[in-house]
Amino acid sequence: MRQQLASAATRAVNAASRRLGRGQGTVAGGRAGLRLDPKLLEHLSAGRQVALVTGTNGKTTTTRLLTVALGATGDEVVSNETGSNMPPGHVAALAGSRATRAVLEVDEVYLPRVLTATAAAAVVLLNLSRDQLDRTNEVRMVAGRWRAALAAAPHTHVVANADDPLVAWGASVARDVHWVGAGLRWQLDAVGCPACEGRIEFGEGGWSCAGCGFARPETEARLVHSAGGMPSGEWADGRTYPVRLALPGRFNQANALMAAVAAEACGVDALIALQAMEQVEEVAGRFTVRPIGEAQARLMLAKNPAGWDELLDLVAGSDAPLVVSINARVADGADPSWLWDVPYERLAGRTVVATGDRYRDLSVRLHYAGVAHTTEADPVQAVVRAADGTGAVVDVIGNYTAFHDLLGAPR
Amino acid sequence: MSGPLRVAVVYPDLLGTYGDGGNGLILARRAEWRGLDVELLQAVSDRPLPEADIYCLGGGEDGPQVRAARTLVDDGTLARRVQGGAVVLAVCAGFQVVGRSFPGADGEPHEGVGLLDIETLKGAGPRAVGEVVAEPEGIEGLPVLTGFENHGGHTMLGEGTVALGRVTAGIGNGDGGRGEGAVAGHVVGTYLHGPVLARNPALADVLLAWALQGAWLEPLDDSASEGLREERLGTMRRKRLRRRT
Repeated sequence: MRQQLASAATRAVNAASRRLGRGQGTVAGGRAGLRLDPKLLEHLSAGRQVALVTGTNGKTTTTRLLTVALGATGDEVVSNETGSNMPPGHVAALAGSRATRAVLEVDEVYLPRVLTATAAAAVVLLNLSRDQLDRTNEVRMVAGRWRAALAAAPHTHVVANADDPLVAWGASVARDVHWVGAGLRWQLDAVGCPACEGRIEFGEGGWSCAGCGFARPETEARLVHSAGGMPSGEWADGRTYPVRLALPGRFNQANALMAAVAAEACGVDALIALQAMEQVEEVAGRFTVRPIGEAQARLMLAKNPAGWDELLDLVAGSDAPLVVSINARVADGADPSWLWDVPYERLAGRTVVATGDRYRDLSVRLHYAGVAHTTEADPVQAVVRAADGTGAVVDVIGNYTAFHDLLGAPR
Repeated sequence: MSGPLRVAVVYPDLLGTYGDGGNGLILARRAEWRGLDVELLQAVSDRPLPEADIYCLGGGEDGPQVRAARTLVDDGTLARRVQGGAVVLAVCAGFQVVGRSFPGADGEPHEGVGLLDIETLKGAGPRAVGEVVAEPEGIEGLPVLTGFENHGGHTMLGEGTVALGRVTAGIGNGDGGRGEGAVAGHVVGTYLHGPVLARNPALADVLLAWALQGAWLEPLDDSASEGLREERLGTMRRKRLRRRT
């Protein structure tokens, strides 16, 4: 009874909030519901197969890919698509749906609580690296919390990136781990062994600690790039499936493979899952070309050095004009010092416009990186100026709120 | 000085969490732009620490911080080079590491390198996180200092060690006074990220001048840094005014 009341309240507040034009209402409604019934997430998860997706980078995309994959069965799948990845967002998504399957994006720090509340059938652990430094959620601390939570969840299939030592340490205590060789470009946060504080050495095909012997686990599936060919997922049991995505970038192929292994743990064939993912062309506004002001822009999101490292790869080959927008609001973290961990030197020779609330921090960084650039405080003007009336599609990379500002900019 | 000016970023694999590696890059570029021969070294922790003229240490997590201190003490190069006149800029966890002792994750004291007569204890309250403005004190001729602090330590200065600055906004050393950082000889410690030299290029030039035995350094185009300083300091001024009214 209390739960029904709380669910109804969640839906009512969400609907009102949407009508009043005060956002999508997911957080407000979810908070109202949780106030009436603190166990609402437990109650709303009961009777559903819940899969969780967490990690520093790729959460939103992987959640979308897994949702589409599980939907290939014809079952209805509910997901917190708006990116509200804490319990109020989870409650809001579930309260509005009767779907028997749910895929929830979860903030790294909230994983233990959400894992317990949902008794998840599967959890996907993508990667862990520095992000929002002012929050003091240092990565080893987060990995330690995952470890405790996963040890206490013996019925959950844990799909974990074997190439990330911090993820591996967090997952290694779980009873049922599906290790995936998804790759890890950004290794700087994982050099100190999480098990013994020794030194992790990375080499061809793996990593290990010289101090305690902690090493990359054997994988169930891995992402393989043959020269010039299509990337594929290779399973230890001999299966090989192509990973053919409309979404760009190596990191998205890795996300897709993680989602495919998770789909299989949830009872959906990996090949069918991968085929369903091919249809995904955009994820919450990322990667598609859209008008901004009088210009055309391809919007991308990178909010930390690891994310930037991957995206720089993607844009390095292009000669499109590039706008970089940096904010340091609450959701971004108040300290943009991380800009100095991003190898912006790779942009030398490109036409770059620096914008966002903190374009001056970015401008100093680009100055020392030897990247010629101009500055423009207004992000929409920055995109228009970068296009320079040529009709060229502008690549735009923003961190979290900078990206969302441009996504919501009038067309 | 014979050979190139050598700038070493100390243990980026352990003390590289907070973007402070930028300090080494800034020093190297500012020397290069003045036509000096310079070498920027990323000194990883599993190799002997190289000989250098300027050493930069940055912020890091608790576990790696303890490891960095132990490795530096065992290696011995840093203390020996400072005896020989090398310049040190140590930030946050690195600042604590170059002191006499600092707390590990468990709060227990660990031995530091002892380049600065400072002692850090685990703070009882919440971490000091936010913008800092400090009037310079320990080094003459610097303009106001700006940066971002993020630490949980209380750092006490021994006699004969002066603070780098006096905070007018933020916490700083958290020892009850309003001190921020510490200076002794050519060793500078601070809690300021940003990185500190991106926000305070004048401090970068002081360190370079020390390493170059007081050589005159021609001015550089610092308009980008000046813009950043004005914006950061202006934001803090407006915040203070709002709080008063």
